[in-house]
Amino acid sequence: MIQIGNLVTIPLLTAIVFLPLLGAIVVMLLPRQNKAAIRYTALGFAVVEFLLSLQLFLTYNYAEGGFQFVEQTEWFALLGSSWHLGVDGISTVMILLTGLLVPLGVLISFEIDRQPRLFMALFLFLEMGMMGVFASLDLMIFFVFWEIGLVPMYFLINLWGGDNRLYASVKFFLYTMAGSLGLLLSIQLIGLTAGTMDMVQLFQFWPGFEGSGGTFLGISVATVKDLAFLAFFLAFAIKVPVWPFHTWLPDAHTEAPTAGSMLLAGVLLKLGAYGFLRLVIPLFPAQAAAFAPVIAFLAMMGIVLGAFAAYGQDDFKRLVAYSSVNHMGFVVLGIAVAAWVYGITYTGGAAPWLALDPGTVALADKQSAIIATNGAVLQMFNHGLSSAGMFLLVGALYHKTHTRDLRKLGGLWVLAPIYGGILIFTSMSSLGLPGLNGFVGEFLVVRGAWPVFTVATLISMLGLLFTGAYILKGLQKTLHGKPSQEWVDYDRKHHRLEISLREVIAMLPLMILMLVTGVLPNWILPMINDTVTRLFGGS
Amino acid sequence: MENFPQLVPLVVFAPLIGLLINLILGRWLGERGVGLVAIGAALTAFGVAVLEWIALANTGYAPSVVEIGILRDWLRIPAAAVDIAWQFRVDTLSVTMMLVVSGIGSLIHIYATGYMHGDKMYPRFFVYLNLFLVFMMLLVTGNNFLVMFVGWEGVGLCSYLLISFWWDKTQKDAKYGTVGWKNSLAGRKAMIVNRIGDFGLLLGIFLVFWTFGTLDFYKPGEVPIAAAHGAAHAGEGEAHAEGEAVVDTHAAETPAEGEALQAQPLSAAMGVFNQAETFLAEGREVNFGPFSLPIQTVLTLITLFFLLGVTGKSAQIPLFVWLPDAMAGPTPVSALIHAATMVTAGVYLIVRSNVFFHAAPFSSAVVTLVGTFTALVGGFIALGQWDIKKVLAYSTVSQLGFMVAAAGLGAYGAAMFHLVTHAFFKALLFLGSGVVIHAMEHGHHHVAHAHAEHGHEEGHHEEEAFDPQDMRNMGGLRHTMPRTYRAYLIGTLALAGIFPFAGFWSKDEILADALNAGFLGGKLEGYIAFGLLFVAALFTAFYMGRQLWMVFFGEPRTEAAKYTGERDFGYPVMVRVLEVLAVGSILIGLINIPSGFWIFDPVLPTHAFTDFLAHTVVYAHAGSAQMLLAFIAVGAGIAMLLLARFIYGRHPVVDGDKDPLEVREQTAGIFAYSNARMYWDETYYRFLEGPFNRAALWLADKLDGTFLHDFVHETLLRDAYNGATRVLTDPVDLGLIDGAVNGVGRLVRWVAGGIRRLQTGYVRVYALSVLFGALLIMVLLLAPLLRQMLGM
Repeated sequence: MIQIGNLVTIPLLTAIVFLPLLGAIVVMLLPRQNKAAIRYTALGFAVVEFLLSLQLFLTYNYAEGGFQFVEQTEWFALLGSSWHLGVDGISTVMILLTGLLVPLGVLISFEIDRQPRLFMALFLFLEMGMMGVFASLDLMIFFVFWEIGLVPMYFLINLWGGDNRLYASVKFFLYTMAGSLGLLLSIQLIGLTAGTMDMVQLFQFWPGFEGSGGTFLGISVATVKDLAFLAFFLAFAIKVPVWPFHTWLPDAHTEAPTAGSMLLAGVLLKLGAYGFLRLVIPLFPAQAAAFAPVIAFLAMMGIVLGAFAAYGQDDFKRLVAYSSVNHMGFVVLGIAVAAWVYGITYTGGAAPWLALDPGTVALADKQSAIIATNGAVLQMFNHGLSSAGMFLLVGALYHKTHTRDLRKLGGLWVLAPIYGGILIFTSMSSLGLPGLNGFVGEFLVVRGAWPVFTVATLISMLGLLFTGAYILKGLQKTLHGKPSQEWVDYDRKHHRLEISLREVIAMLPLMILMLVTGVLPNWILPMINDTVTRLFGGS
Repeated sequence: MENFPQLVPLVVFAPLIGLLINLILGRWLGERGVGLVAIGAALTAFGVAVLEWIALANTGYAPSVVEIGILRDWLRIPAAAVDIAWQFRVDTLSVTMMLVVSGIGSLIHIYATGYMHGDKMYPRFFVYLNLFLVFMMLLVTGNNFLVMFVGWEGVGLCSYLLISFWWDKTQKDAKYGTVGWKNSLAGRKAMIVNRIGDFGLLLGIFLVFWTFGTLDFYKPGEVPIAAAHGAAHAGEGEAHAEGEAVVDTHAAETPAEGEALQAQPLSAAMGVFNQAETFLAEGREVNFGPFSLPIQTVLTLITLFFLLGVTGKSAQIPLFVWLPDAMAGPTPVSALIHAATMVTAGVYLIVRSNVFFHAAPFSSAVVTLVGTFTALVGGFIALGQWDIKKVLAYSTVSQLGFMVAAAGLGAYGAAMFHLVTHAFFKALLFLGSGVVIHAMEHGHHHVAHAHAEHGHEEGHHEEEAFDPQDMRNMGGLRHTMPRTYRAYLIGTLALAGIFPFAGFWSKDEILADALNAGFLGGKLEGYIAFGLLFVAALFTAFYMGRQLWMVFFGEPRTEAAKYTGERDFGYPVMVRVLEVLAVGSILIGLINIPSGFWIFDPVLPTHAFTDFLAHTVVYAHAGSAQMLLAFIAVGAGIAMLLLARFIYGRHPVVDGDKDPLEVREQTAGIFAYSNARMYWDETYYRFLEGPFNRAALWLADKLDGTFLHDFVHETLLRDAYNGATRVLTDPVDLGLIDGAVNGVGRLVRWVAGGIRRLQTGYVRVYALSVLFGALLIMVLLLAPLLRQMLGM
């Protein structure tokens, strides 16, 4: 609760969701010329927002579990929709990640000189969309915020992006829109069939819902479910992105401004994975389980082909962009395990196409699923840190050199020693070096997926090897070698290539968290674990 | 003294603190300050290791597990029985490794203060060295496989950073002229090749986790089951009987275990090794969901996966190719990481998992053969190299092969013994070669300066094609660098296995064990190992003799070699370190002399080191002396040294000349084959690296670019969509235009144009309409909330 005087009491989640909107409005009201005021106001709002998300993280009682900070107000009763917010361990972690990355994105966007007012306002507006998705417990609200996240990102790419920004922004927009169209339709379908859009009610009621007369508008409920599942799957798969729905990603990531790429990779991709965990698995356990092997296969393809494709790039930012396909593959692999075990547990093996003995869901399988799902959520958080860090560093380099072509870069470690050290550190986190954050998430996912999807996991582990190849390629082509005379002159005459203090400040929280999460993930793991364990019926 | 083990985290934290100080304050401390901090950190670790050793000796060699309260939990998921903790282990094996790593490490730190003098990245070098110690100590002190894996990967990272330490150094390249990325490539190669091995190790670790439900070697307070019986095993036959006896005791200790076993593995009570013993004794099957496998099969799989890890880290066939390239790093790095410590991690892994390997005879046989062939191949390639460090690098590959082969034969004591002695004399040789290279560079500079003074103003700036590491440029250095020469000679004799130097004792024990395994144990691989290792030992003596004569004997063959010396700044400390290591190389072999050996047996304790290890390594067994074998081996070694003298002492080779072996028709082909490193790298390039690069490019360009992007996205989706819109607009337009012709007039044409404009800008209009829609929804969203907040 946020108490303002005695008059107004704002529930914490509502405050978290709408503070960025307030920030966006305030920023828009500032005079256009006063860039400093715009920047620091935006930063101020982002920092306060981070503190709120931190408060949420610290006060969420994970031992108690379940949805907390719930608020429910009548809204569109006619649609069966209500203003229903609430968080569990997974969404709390995601809100913390969003709250953390936005101020850093604002900080790195101080360098934006063209229309900073609009940029900052859109950026904060974007944050509202993401926070809303993570906090909502109503399908309609979920969708509204889902769409809100889309629009500002389109403009961020379209107005402040790179050379090919028009193409990339349209592509991003159309792909995501294509996904959300199905999402909207199936949400409507569910709402009309079930008569409510409240997630908590639907979790209880929808998976076993057979329909009053078995049909809805002449379609059997089973068909409605299958259709809705496919639409949900497609929407979230595009967002993650699951291979082969990823073709929008390299363009969008590469063309977006630095802060845009940070949030795109750091948070927006997680919306898709979050959608799987929050909606698809609990609402469609049978369908998800049936589909789980396919998901696992696609995850494996994403891991391996993403790594290969990243290795084949000559554009540094594109290389990092493809690394997201590679890393999010592990999240998807974990989700596949969760879907498989959850679905079998739920249906008790009753679904005919599963043809499984209900007794086969052994304790060991459940444990594997718990480990894998923990790993997937942890990997979501970790990828948020490392990909945001990598994009920040690539952006910092591009801002100075005005090129991302790996064939032109090289030898920069001599000219930018601190930058080099930070880049290596972040790359190692991305590479999954044990002791840093990337490893723990991937380890848990692979350990959990190992007994369930053995072959896919085995091949995915080969992907870990290829990950090393492209990360080291990136390091070598930027840092190693003797710098050409051009760069030496450039460094001396035009622009220092060394990382600036502002960029270091933006990197520091990420680097500290990478190390801390790698060595002592227990500051965050119990939060995830309690929710995940409850999902699988443990306590 | 009972509390000494509590200090063990310091072996990790002391270097950590050292590196943090140098990282933050390095640029202000100056060379002396940076060096002192780094050496202090290394020596602290060494001091702690010694304390641990004393503590062990005084507490009956009881192992202990140490954890730090707030830093205990690493991965902990109670509901899934995952509990992986940051725990340190103090037992005789880990203390041995700690002593070697920190002892040799400290000496190399001291040496490096001289060697790196004047380097512009001096602080960074010592930061890396300390970081290496941190990870290496984690590797050897971790109490579970995952903490070990952190160290395992971490030392890989340090290796990468240090190999490519001089990443802006330009070098000659046959194909591209002078280039600046060879060191960087070497570092990258090391890391990637190692990650192949790590992939195997990780698979093994997963399988261990799956089988036993824990990764801890032993739980706190637990002792190895076999060791609980007190005796180190004397032979293979006995081990089996003891294994059965073990089960009874275990059952007696925990009678109610039977039922709990089914639901939950023993993970709460026992570490992996004791569980393995129990499983084996019960003949348990491991359940993998759809199928189950007997425990022996599972252990065979685990150990084979481990072996893949070993081949990566310890540079065995087929993954040894990174180690020779790793010589691109500064020489102290080659000595510390790529000779004495890191590359022995694989041997440590096998010895640590001796319970697994003992129960998996097939894997052990594979390990033996891999080690044996590596020893042979490494030794053979070393015969034909010109680069002083390359010879030592292939020699390291070869010696690691000896250790791995010994470990595969079950001679864990001998493997560790050779690890320890090798750490001394190979560090000595590398550091000695570093002094020589340094001196050659100085000599070259001296010559270049002299040229410049004689009027060749430009001469100094021209990068002459001079390789200070090429042995053909050396010769006669024993006169200019006598102290280095004497130390190097001792190292050579030790490596060649000449009595009474360290290498004699350890290599002989391995050969004797191999012979015993074949002769007494009836193992085929024992005979193979003995035969091939003996040949490899002959190679060793020969290439070391060749090196000795080419570098130190004869007349100086270049101007640079004439002006070498060992008295300038930096040299005294380096040479002092060489001498300390030389003394070590003479004496260290005496810690583990076999029983019944001539006059040594009554005077010194026999196989003391193996007994020390046997408190931890349950299947370590002591070797006995094979006097005849020892005589033959030493005689053959001396003969090979003399043969090298015969060939290379009489025909000094100058750069550009052919090797004497190359001149002779009978040996020319063999030499060329060795000189070309048996075409391993070329083969790998052709069959692995090239295809990988091509596959990556194909996947990036064709699959992701041409197919997914251009075809699916551009053609299938976008063009189809555009086509559909066109179909929808055009007929409408046409229809309207037709209408205009029929007299509806300009108005309609104008409307149609408007529609067309709208259609062409469809995306932006669409986006805007979504934005407005979203804003509208926002207002609607806010209305009820505002109502609530204002209490209306």
